[in-house]
Amino acid sequence: MTQTMNDLPSGLNAEDLVDIYANMVLIRTLDERIWAMNRQGKAAIVASSQGHEAAQLASVWALRHHAKDYFCFTYYRDLAVTVSQGLTPTEALLGFLAKEGEPMSGARQFPQHGAIPDRKVINISNVVATHIPHAVGWALAAKMRGEPTVVAAYMGDGATSQGEVHEAMNFASVMKLPVVFIVENNKYAISVPQHRQMNVTEVSSRAVGYGMPGVTVDGTDVVASYAACAEAVERAARGDGPSLVELDVERYLPHTSDDDDSVYRAKEEIDEARKRDPLAKLKALLQGAGLMTDERDAELRESARREVDAATDAAEAAPFPPDDDVLERVFEEVG
Amino acid sequence: MAIMTVIEAVREAMREEMRRDASVFILGEDVGRRGGVFLATQGFIDEFGEQRVIDTPLAEAAIAGVAVGAAMAGMRPIAEVQFGDFMFPVFNQIVGEAARIRYGTNGKLHVPLVVRSPYGGHVRGGLFHSQSPEAYFAHTPGLKVVTPATPYDAKGLLKAAIRSNDPVVFLEHKRTYRAVRGEVPDGDYVVPIGVADIKRAGDAATIVTYGLTLHYSLQAAEVLAGEGVEVEVVDLRTVSPIDRETVLESVRKTSRALVVHEDNLSLGVGAEVSAIIAEHAFDSLDAPVMRVAGPDIPAMPFAPTLEAAYMPTADKIEAALRRLLEY
Repeated sequence: MTQTMNDLPSGLNAEDLVDIYANMVLIRTLDERIWAMNRQGKAAIVASSQGHEAAQLASVWALRHHAKDYFCFTYYRDLAVTVSQGLTPTEALLGFLAKEGEPMSGARQFPQHGAIPDRKVINISNVVATHIPHAVGWALAAKMRGEPTVVAAYMGDGATSQGEVHEAMNFASVMKLPVVFIVENNKYAISVPQHRQMNVTEVSSRAVGYGMPGVTVDGTDVVASYAACAEAVERAARGDGPSLVELDVERYLPHTSDDDDSVYRAKEEIDEARKRDPLAKLKALLQGAGLMTDERDAELRESARREVDAATDAAEAAPFPPDDDVLERVFEEVG
Repeated sequence: MAIMTVIEAVREAMREEMRRDASVFILGEDVGRRGGVFLATQGFIDEFGEQRVIDTPLAEAAIAGVAVGAAMAGMRPIAEVQFGDFMFPVFNQIVGEAARIRYGTNGKLHVPLVVRSPYGGHVRGGLFHSQSPEAYFAHTPGLKVVTPATPYDAKGLLKAAIRSNDPVVFLEHKRTYRAVRGEVPDGDYVVPIGVADIKRAGDAATIVTYGLTLHYSLQAAEVLAGEGVEVEVVDLRTVSPIDRETVLESVRKTSRALVVHEDNLSLGVGAEVSAIIAEHAFDSLDAPVMRVAGPDIPAMPFAPTLEAAYMPTADKIEAALRRLLEY
């Protein structure tokens, strides 16, 4: 079925879609560069966002348009969230190369971990799902202070097997906290497929157990993802409590640059998944509406390449953090 | 100046801080209408309301994790973990997460959180209501671990913990709650975290201890005082960071050191204190550093005979002191 622009969800217009597409092109270009720099021995570890971009960007746009304020608790595969929230390609690459000036953790942590509160992003830890209670606590603080913040808690499908996700979802629902639980379901927890993680086909079916709405939509489709996220954001903003939004996405690359997916995933499966490429789908939608041409697309890609080239040069030229910083900022400095 | 119990001092500290600072709130199991299983928050829900005295679902990891998130957002949560033995579901959020947030965000975020928990035994608590979990937390840089033993210290240290901009594990020995009474000044005062206190002065030997065994140590010191032997008793009050200077100054004066704690012997606070003394006061010692601690078994058993066999009592401390003095 060919998608058209005739019935966009409330709050989303054609200009947003063009903007989202430009972001997608930049983020895909950056992601591909980071992966290449890993293979060159420059980036120690990479978890690619390729295949997740539509879901991540749609959720961010829904937060912007449907909440007075918001905050994102991301996980390691959320490059499109962090970059669309203002982490520049240079800053992202400083992280992947572990260079001085990296804004999230000072290159103390793996890339994409730490905090940029001024850009509404926190991702504390590599221990999967530990951040979901943090997101709920941030929402509790906002509610106690009467602030209009909606908190987005991002996680993968594997994270939903963790007990802390259960505890956090239950807590948020009991307390009617303004949280949107966003599950980016790419059907793999590293190598373990979804049917080995859970005996349900849709993570969202668990929402009923917490007394909150749950929905599953095509996470490679920006419009559908936006509509589902917008409804959940509005519910949270109204004070009606949390929701679970499951975005069905694809993981085009191995779990991380240290993983070899060929031992557990058939090539044909990935080829099939590539037919749902969120970039191709959004481009087709925009072309159908006369909002994109191959020429304009080529310009966007060239512009993204130049931006990522410049970011690569800047990050490669940056020094590593000075070794005497290793003991700093364990506790508050007093006196 | 009022005479109060440890639990009353804990309650007073929280009440005063909640009146002083609107960002302070309490969350935990049964802390609301019930007032906590040890009544630490008795009456709080009437004064502060259910928005600031939050009865949570029975889910310790969420209590800690939600508190960490609220603390990052600028609140000052006091999370009550009902028993020290239930700190293990909390462990991931406190040791894994809270302790590393300032460092892991390069100072962008910090966690002004207090996790309070009644710990320790000699109360017929059995394996899962008697444990002393302090060493697990004390091993972790980024956490402060506080173990008051008297009403004065409990109130002043809890206020300091609530005002701390770093996470504090605040362990209250449950046997001291009602068994230990003492003078507490009226009004606001703070006991700084990380400063030990000499609870009894002496020159023949030094006992370094904290928690319930402070009181047993003082009883043992009293027995020897009857024989004209004055033993100095240092109450660490904070087990991380340890107040090295007070410990070393005392040992340099007395030349003999006995470390006493209820937690099991190996790889605990006593091992660290012994190492500090060995490294920095070796030349002052007239005897090896000795330790009295719980035995290396999984936890304190339920049966009274087994519990007594576990517990470092005044008798055991006295016997160890005599060995130390005769060396």
